[in-house]
Amino acid sequence: MRFDTYEPGDFYDELFIGKDQPRPEGQPLVDRIQALPTGELLLRQEAAQKAMYKLGATFNVYGDEEAEDRIFPFDVIPRIVTVAEWEVLERGLKQRIQALNLFIDDVYHDQKIVADGHIPLELIESAKGFLKPCMGLNPPKRIWCHITGTDLVRDRDGRWYVLEDNMRCPSGISYVLENRRVMKNTFPQVFTKMRIQPVDEYPSRLLETLLCLVPDHIDDPTVAVLTPGIYNSAYFEHSFLAQQMGIELVEGQDLAVVDGYLQMRTTKGLKRVDVIYRRIDDDFLDPKTFRKDSALGVPGLMEVYRAGRVAIANAPGTGIADDKVIYAYVPDMIRYYLGEEPLLSNVPTYLCWRPEDMAYVLDHLGELVVKSANEAGGYGMLVGPHSTLEEQAEFAEKIKASPRNYIAQPTLCLSRVPTILDGNIEGCHVDLRPYILYGEEAYVHPGGLTRVALKKGSLVVNSSQGGGSKDTWVLY
Amino acid sequence: MLSRVADSIYWLNRYIERAENVARFLDVNLNLLLDMPSGMQQQWKPLVATTGDIDLFKERYGDFTAENVIQFLVFDRKYPNSILSCLQSARENARSVREIISSEMWEQVNTFYMLISKAHLDLSLPKLNALLTDVKESSHLFAGVMEATMSHNEAWNFGKIGRFLERADKTSRILDVKYFMLLPASTYVGTTIDELGWMVLLRSASAYEMYRKRSTQHRITPAGVAEFLILDPEFPRSIRFCLFQVERSLHQITGTPMGMWRNTVERNVGRVRSELEYVTIAEIVNAGMHEFLDRLQGQMNVIDQNIFDEFLSRTPIGKKEAAPKAQTQTQSPDQTQGQSPDQSPDQTQGQSPDQSQRQTQSV
Repeated sequence: MRFDTYEPGDFYDELFIGKDQPRPEGQPLVDRIQALPTGELLLRQEAAQKAMYKLGATFNVYGDEEAEDRIFPFDVIPRIVTVAEWEVLERGLKQRIQALNLFIDDVYHDQKIVADGHIPLELIESAKGFLKPCMGLNPPKRIWCHITGTDLVRDRDGRWYVLEDNMRCPSGISYVLENRRVMKNTFPQVFTKMRIQPVDEYPSRLLETLLCLVPDHIDDPTVAVLTPGIYNSAYFEHSFLAQQMGIELVEGQDLAVVDGYLQMRTTKGLKRVDVIYRRIDDDFLDPKTFRKDSALGVPGLMEVYRAGRVAIANAPGTGIADDKVIYAYVPDMIRYYLGEEPLLSNVPTYLCWRPEDMAYVLDHLGELVVKSANEAGGYGMLVGPHSTLEEQAEFAEKIKASPRNYIAQPTLCLSRVPTILDGNIEGCHVDLRPYILYGEEAYVHPGGLTRVALKKGSLVVNSSQGGGSKDTWVLY
Repeated sequence: MLSRVADSIYWLNRYIERAENVARFLDVNLNLLLDMPSGMQQQWKPLVATTGDIDLFKERYGDFTAENVIQFLVFDRKYPNSILSCLQSARENARSVREIISSEMWEQVNTFYMLISKAHLDLSLPKLNALLTDVKESSHLFAGVMEATMSHNEAWNFGKIGRFLERADKTSRILDVKYFMLLPASTYVGTTIDELGWMVLLRSASAYEMYRKRSTQHRITPAGVAEFLILDPEFPRSIRFCLFQVERSLHQITGTPMGMWRNTVERNVGRVRSELEYVTIAEIVNAGMHEFLDRLQGQMNVIDQNIFDEFLSRTPIGKKEAAPKAQTQTQSPDQTQGQSPDQSPDQTQGQSPDQSQRQTQSV
């Protein structure tokens, strides 16, 4: 299997400029693959998959009992990002995170951005992620979004766009680290020829980010990852991160609020917990404050948090910024809070709560991508060009019934990367999710998760919808 | 360490050991049947009776045929103490503490589970023997991997307590099966068949060669076998040996010097273990072997409950009286000849009773 017959097509291809014409930065990789004996690439692909399974990099799909232990499909042909491109992304992401953080802080305090007429109050109050009980909260150092995974895509012309910001508990970083481990065994020679930025620093950086939330007077803080438990689709990652950082992995049932502090139940009695890296949604954190039926969280947690006796990352309330309607206002936020022009563009977005936008969307359902404002994981979404008339009619009804909850965007033609599909190399669409940590300062992890749509022609890259992943090589 | 984590490691080891012992039970029965005079009815019912789940069996399967019993004890996913269910529970426990145990341990549990989940019911004796041998070997492999790859820390000690408490309990049951159940016709007692039976029993506890080699008495006698399996200080499946291991790990966890106690569980373990050090087999036989074993099993259930109360209960300190009782094994008196049901079905591995309590509170 070689690139001889590979056809980049009328797309932005991340590895080829044209047929038989690799991008200069990808030349060593293409040379190496071309030099492999017949069938070797496929063997290495299989070996890599096996290694992933052994490492236990598995995920669960909701509502699929049989497939408890699926691996996230992995493709051995990496996606390469040049340092010049990366620097632009890095600066753009830092700018965006700073603005978003200021926005969240503002939303839960004075709401100046509303008073100054940039965002209507109704939109904020109607956002599912907006949590009234968080009003007036002051997280340590006034930082709310400590860990963010921002989804980026490239259109046909090679231009980058921000597709969405994931501020509650973005997952996927464990695959970034595991993919790299496997790739070093798959293409060791290429690693020596190309200057690829390492990714292993992430757990240390994350730990530092969490530790900087601890008040100064605590010498030996207890930091813990809070997981919903082994049936959660991302449980592997929770366990992996706790292990890599050497911190506790706790479930709600391990924790209790006793004497005004958050404590965990150990074999030697209760022990105070100072920082929680929570991997459960806002709604489930505290049944006394949020969803009463939550068995995943800790009753009374928010009270302890409010008193500044425990830090939570990400801060409860950050979900407001995950709302896809709020997303549309991020460029305005950057201008408003930072006085700068956005370095990264949003995808142009039609907000159905605006009557003129809704009319346009309903007329163009066949070309647009319609998304529900609050769903993640590729659920609740209509890809116009790939949809049937019935599906379009169904979405039209949904939009009319609840305009606030729908947005639409032009169908971008996502860039492609050569990928092994059914024993051939085919171009498959990808996105990129870099991870941004915000502690003492914003840090963009050099790499990120490249997700790839493993159905021919598909534009949906989510793991729950049959997507896979690739290693991302950010060059020096 | 977290109580939940200790609980999971404890049960991970108990389940692996339990799976191994179910295989041993089946093995001893299969072998005894081979030595029966032809024409005698095959005895499968007593084996089910020892599990304490005979009603469940009758309801689900009806007849005590070899096929039904093997299906029930090995492959039945709905029966919590089948080998397959034990391994599934072991695997779930392992998954919930993957960041604590070594990756080799996780892989071994996973492989073990796959081995049985992919196997099919096959009644041909060689196939069945091979399967039961695989189960025993995989369990040994797990114990060895744990010994060699995991730090011998608090978590490891909890695992060891789980393994040895389970083993002590099961050794007592294997003995009980032979003593009371498998050869009900008293006419055989003392005959060649009887001696063969005791040899098979020793083999099923991997004890035959070690028994022969011990210094005092080489001849196989019921009292000798019972003494070996209950009171031998060196054989790793004897009840006394197992309880000594439990005690040692317990004291390593708490830091209490051996020979002293600072909590109920240390006191109870120490008491049972020292009784086994000083009692003679003649005293046991005179007082009634079955009664003795039955009481021992009851004491071990209390120890399990003590461990839960002392270390694993997730109820905050000082509120212990609110802890839901008897999360684990309960001795049910109504069983045939007082045979304790092993694990009643509601005892799905310490799946946090206080969590369910919380859930009901919050609804």
